[in-house]
Amino acid sequence: MPRYKASVAQLGTAIIPIKSIMLELGFDVIMPPPVSKETLMLGSSHTPEFACLPLKVNVGSYLQILPQEPEVIFMVGGVGPCRFGLYGEVQKEILHSLGYDLEFVVLEPPKEHLSEVIDIFVRFLGDGTWRRLPRALYIGYKKLIALEKIDKKVLALAPHLNAIWRQKLWEEKEAFVRKIDNAAGAARVDRIVRETMAKIDSFPREEPEEIFRLMITGEFFMVLEPGVNFHLEKYLSLAGIEVDRTIFFWDWFKKAVFLSMLRVNWQKEYLDLARPYLSRFVGGHAVESVAHTMEAFNKGYDGLIHLAPFGCMPEVTAMSLIRQIGREKRFPTLSLLLDEHASGTGVITRVEAFVDLVKNRKLYERQGRGGQKVCRSSF
Amino acid sequence: MPKLFLGIDVGSVSTNLVLLDEDRNVIDRIYLRTSGRPLQTVQEGLVRMKEAAGGEEISGVATTGSARRLAGLLVGADLIKNEITTHAVAALYYRPDVRTVIEIGGQDSKVIIIRDGIALDFAMNTICAAGTGSFLDQQAARLGISIEEFSELALTADDPVAIAGRCAVFAESDMIHKQQIGHPLKNIAAGLCEALVKNYLNNVGKGKEILPPVIFQGGVAANLGIRRAFEKILGYEVITPEYYDVMGALGAALLVREKFVNSGSPTAFVGWSLCEEEISTTGERCHDCANNCELAVLRRGGKIVAYFGDRCGKWSQRVPEAAATQEVGSRAPANPSA
Repeated sequence: MPRYKASVAQLGTAIIPIKSIMLELGFDVIMPPPVSKETLMLGSSHTPEFACLPLKVNVGSYLQILPQEPEVIFMVGGVGPCRFGLYGEVQKEILHSLGYDLEFVVLEPPKEHLSEVIDIFVRFLGDGTWRRLPRALYIGYKKLIALEKIDKKVLALAPHLNAIWRQKLWEEKEAFVRKIDNAAGAARVDRIVRETMAKIDSFPREEPEEIFRLMITGEFFMVLEPGVNFHLEKYLSLAGIEVDRTIFFWDWFKKAVFLSMLRVNWQKEYLDLARPYLSRFVGGHAVESVAHTMEAFNKGYDGLIHLAPFGCMPEVTAMSLIRQIGREKRFPTLSLLLDEHASGTGVITRVEAFVDLVKNRKLYERQGRGGQKVCRSSF
Repeated sequence: MPKLFLGIDVGSVSTNLVLLDEDRNVIDRIYLRTSGRPLQTVQEGLVRMKEAAGGEEISGVATTGSARRLAGLLVGADLIKNEITTHAVAALYYRPDVRTVIEIGGQDSKVIIIRDGIALDFAMNTICAAGTGSFLDQQAARLGISIEEFSELALTADDPVAIAGRCAVFAESDMIHKQQIGHPLKNIAAGLCEALVKNYLNNVGKGKEILPPVIFQGGVAANLGIRRAFEKILGYEVITPEYYDVMGALGAALLVREKFVNSGSPTAFVGWSLCEEEISTTGERCHDCANNCELAVLRRGGKIVAYFGDRCGKWSQRVPEAAATQEVGSRAPANPSA
């Protein structure tokens, strides 16, 4: 039975379940290497200068795996107003113009593109492989849930440990990701989850005087792919901050695919939150970013970091609204516009200063105006 | 014997050191050009500080600036702090009622909004270097005058010309154009100052409420033309503190003093012997995984002191000194290309 040599577009650890599904279906899977400077260099030399960072990273990432001759590359999403809905097509055209003839399958929410989904289904699974689909999807689902469960657990636990154990916690998490990647079968996944959870739960706690909670929001890819956001989540978590992110792949998938198929207007919830700052869809994840800012404020987070690709119109729209919310609600926010020129030092400097600011503001508010405020070492 | 504290700010263009006593008096300070050799410049500065300290030991040392980690590992810093925080701390030390800090350095510029003695918001220039010290240096050099002469020349202007300051490249073309149609140099110099100030306010200060007292610090604060342009455009008096060019180092020294003044904990400072030791860095690449991190290796007196630039931490954590400052900011930046 001829199987396809397939690869998948980058998306943090969310590509692990996709890889697992492809393997179960008998594809010959080529995994893209982690996003590096080389990925960016390749990507930015073959994309329009004003294209956004996710496009550059994706194209760079494809170019890195092309020597291994994949026949088909899967990508999640790609419709919608991003680049006027042509995001997936643009990538395809770039690779074709470079002389690579390969198939590009953009997995789109079936709400609008049911016929295409059926078409893909018939083409790739029509030879009887579809019988393996339920099992493949089940294992993929288990892996996805496991990865997100540990993510949430680690982010919540980190501030309750000291610096040395935080480091161990992250090492454990990274080992967990590798184990899940290699796990065959749902039972194995369950066992890995149980073991890792028990292990990290046994780490000695050391309660800090104060816990600072930050929310990370922004454009989908920038939030989920650590390779483009300078591992922000890990950086903050290791510094003892309680970090939360607004985007988890499964949450998004449930909404964008299932609820959309059921014609549930899941965006209404976000629009309600974003109002009065933003009352209509303006493309990309702008409404979500604004809504999540309000949510973070309502839930009492100490600050919010907004990640956006440089030149992303929806996120730039969101950025000015987020700033306005910050000003009006006295809620600390930091927007980071990233592109291939962004330097790690520059980003980390801003994040560090932001953390200082958030900490100091919180302590100051707690102590009131009488408290000592000038030049404190906690600053 | 009074305790002494040292602040070191290693920026792209200048390296500054401040020696502070426990009563927060500045004993000595030095402003040096980094000239692309941060480690050697730090060493040069330390020689001077050793003299100022009369060979007395230091009770605490902190580093800041874009090379803060490198410098911190070199000297054995007790605190490694970002330059936004240190600048705010130093400004608050100088004027506890400050509400806006304008800082323009060699490669970057920032604004810090302070209310009731607490930093509320800040912004830093992004990838654009228009309006920073390096560009002014370049333009002064192109006109064949020193930056000091440029500064004074701008003050003598009677009618500053309009120059597009949005982009350093366009600003330069515009200046050449104005010069070729016969405008006097003084008016072009003043025009450039105004253009840069407008660019700063539109870019860095965008959406920020700039209220007095405004403190203007960083190397560019020496430029009288820029200072006057700020006052003209903002309509407020702009205060330049006595130690305007070493505020980052001063802030770092103040913070480490705060940390150690009432504690008996020993400093991690490697000592004045550093002045004589040979220091070098080399670049290496780790091929252990697909990340292919670019590692920098720091050697002092022939021995490896630190590695950094790796993503996984297996190199940077090897060195005991690196553990001395487990705080935000002491960890390796996530991206090796930094």
